[in-house]
Amino acid sequence: MTEITTEKARIGAPSAQPFINGFTEEGESLSPINVATSKAPLAGQAVKSHSHGGGVGIPDSSRAGRLTSYNLADFKPLTGLEEDWRFTPLKRLRGLHSAVLAGAAPTVTVSGPAQVTVETVARGDKRIGSAGIPEDRVSANAWENFSEATVITVPAEFEAGAEITVVIEGTSTEAAAQHLVIVAEKFSKAVVVLDHQGSAVVSENIEIVVEDGANLTVVSLQEWNADAVHASSQQARIGRDAKLKHVVVSLGGDLVRVTPSARFTAPGGEVEMYGLYFADAGQHLEQRLFVDHAVANCTSNVLYKGALQGRNAHAVWVGDVLIRKEAEGTDSYEANRNLLLTDGARADSVPNLEIETGLIKGAGHASATGRLDDQHLFYLMARGIPEDVARRLVVRGFLHEIIQQIKVPALEERLTEAVERELAVTNN
Amino acid sequence: MSTLEIKDLHVSIDTEQGTKEILKGVSLTIKTGQTHAIMGPNGSGKSTLASTIAGHPRYKVTSGTITLDGEDVLAMTVDQRARAGLFLAMQYPVEVPGVSMTNFLRTAKTAIDGEAPKLRTWTKEVKAAMAQLRIDADFAERNVNEGFSGGEKKRVEILQLELFKPKFAILDETDSGLDVDALKVVSEGVNRAHEAGNMGTLLITHYTRILRYIKPEFVHVFVDGQVVEEGGPELADRLEEEGYDRYATGAGAATIAAAAAAQA
Repeated sequence: MTEITTEKARIGAPSAQPFINGFTEEGESLSPINVATSKAPLAGQAVKSHSHGGGVGIPDSSRAGRLTSYNLADFKPLTGLEEDWRFTPLKRLRGLHSAVLAGAAPTVTVSGPAQVTVETVARGDKRIGSAGIPEDRVSANAWENFSEATVITVPAEFEAGAEITVVIEGTSTEAAAQHLVIVAEKFSKAVVVLDHQGSAVVSENIEIVVEDGANLTVVSLQEWNADAVHASSQQARIGRDAKLKHVVVSLGGDLVRVTPSARFTAPGGEVEMYGLYFADAGQHLEQRLFVDHAVANCTSNVLYKGALQGRNAHAVWVGDVLIRKEAEGTDSYEANRNLLLTDGARADSVPNLEIETGLIKGAGHASATGRLDDQHLFYLMARGIPEDVARRLVVRGFLHEIIQQIKVPALEERLTEAVERELAVTNN
Repeated sequence: MSTLEIKDLHVSIDTEQGTKEILKGVSLTIKTGQTHAIMGPNGSGKSTLASTIAGHPRYKVTSGTITLDGEDVLAMTVDQRARAGLFLAMQYPVEVPGVSMTNFLRTAKTAIDGEAPKLRTWTKEVKAAMAQLRIDADFAERNVNEGFSGGEKKRVEILQLELFKPKFAILDETDSGLDVDALKVVSEGVNRAHEAGNMGTLLITHYTRILRYIKPEFVHVFVDGQVVEEGGPELADRLEEEGYDRYATGAGAATIAAAAAAQA
């Protein structure tokens, strides 16, 4: 194992020149802005001290150097060339990046055990800002414009027997801002389901605080109507020995962009991030996640799986995992798998792994995008199963690996049915 | 009684070096209740014959016919062939992630029979068949062939053979990679299917070892894409003693010599 660790650590070690034109240790020099700064292999190093609200940071190829700020004005207007927006069709954002978000926010209805407190609070509440600072212009725009927030608190040492369901229902397509805070207090245990439905154009900030020893599952389900546009920044702060399981399921909506992040603040934390998406013709489903191993002895495991079908179905997955110098003993893995079911669909998949210390247990990243395996189909068909049934069996099986992670039977059943409906669309 | 008839079959595959003919005129007739062994050295085209009967898209039939009771098998899709009563026990069974054995077996049985099996009796039948083949009960919950050892995969092929009850089974080197115990278990399964369903069997093998447990009435020796000799069980005994060397003439000689060396 020692050998493997050494080998992997070398990936992140700075070196004088790029091996391949247009590539640095951090990967492809993807946007023109990055090309300018990527002459220094660790351009991020120079700007790290200016991040966190300073507003001085410039985009660069290290995730650590990304600008974070509560102020919209600190983020330049988007051009679409920025690294974190280069896949997103800005024209279809319906103003989330440029307009004042004055529309009515989707209604929030929470149900769950009586011990769980639900409050509607004003902007000044001290819990707001406890888990995250906006990392992009659309998120900052929501931060600037939200009028009130919903705070859900799972009290210390309380183990919720039933899941907490948060129905977020959109009724208007005027650009709006939304803010939610979920706090799992010390040694609590709960499952929170964020059920996005209806029609909306909304930028949403969700802060997730997982206090020491807490065990929290958050499932964010996007089953919007076909006209919805949704940007959701879901930032989690992970306490000592705390555990977060985060599941993103994106099925409905015209454009859905979910950007979850998990930051370890004390040793012993454990994060599992799962994602499932099914993009149909014309749909843009994007997920960009960030795992920040800022402290020692934490574990993260990421698996996103998606199926795409129809013309201009577009899925984007970018996974940034950063293992900082302090994060010795880290164990981390991230993977993305895409199945292209028809011609005309496109999946972009970028697994980024930055490692600044060699003293880790493991770090890996993987990505694969392909069609259905002909050998799988042949095997099933050779047992009499017709081709369409065989295809469905394989796709269902492919996505089921994520669904079975949720462990809320009613929700698993609902998602299985939703996948069946998606499969029925083009008879795959 | 059913008849599977192969007449003057020529099969090619596309390779990077161009089209290559693998089967060069194979004729064979099998009736239900009969067991035929096809024996031959590596690269002689045995497995190509098996895959072609099942309809694997890699193999192109350039001339000749395969019929099942007069019906044109070559015109059927892969799944239609299986539903018509042909079963291929594969040399390398494929792992299908995310599809549980239970779900797979029930789906296939439903497709073959045209109606869903009665849940209660079906579950019992599957359990009993698994027990006879000494397959652990927890395999039912695992994904198709995923993480199974070579021997376990072969047993699961025979499990399907017993459950789906085909008219004709083609066993493509089912014996290779099995230890003696597994070989016995698998052979018993084939013999049960043979007796219970009056199944016709095409047993493709490189070795004579399996013929101690499954007794063929007919033995065909395959060299370089053709049947070079046919006979009864005594032909297998002779092969056991002499190997394939005496067929080594012309183009086929090199492969046979190599195979013989590998075996020795």
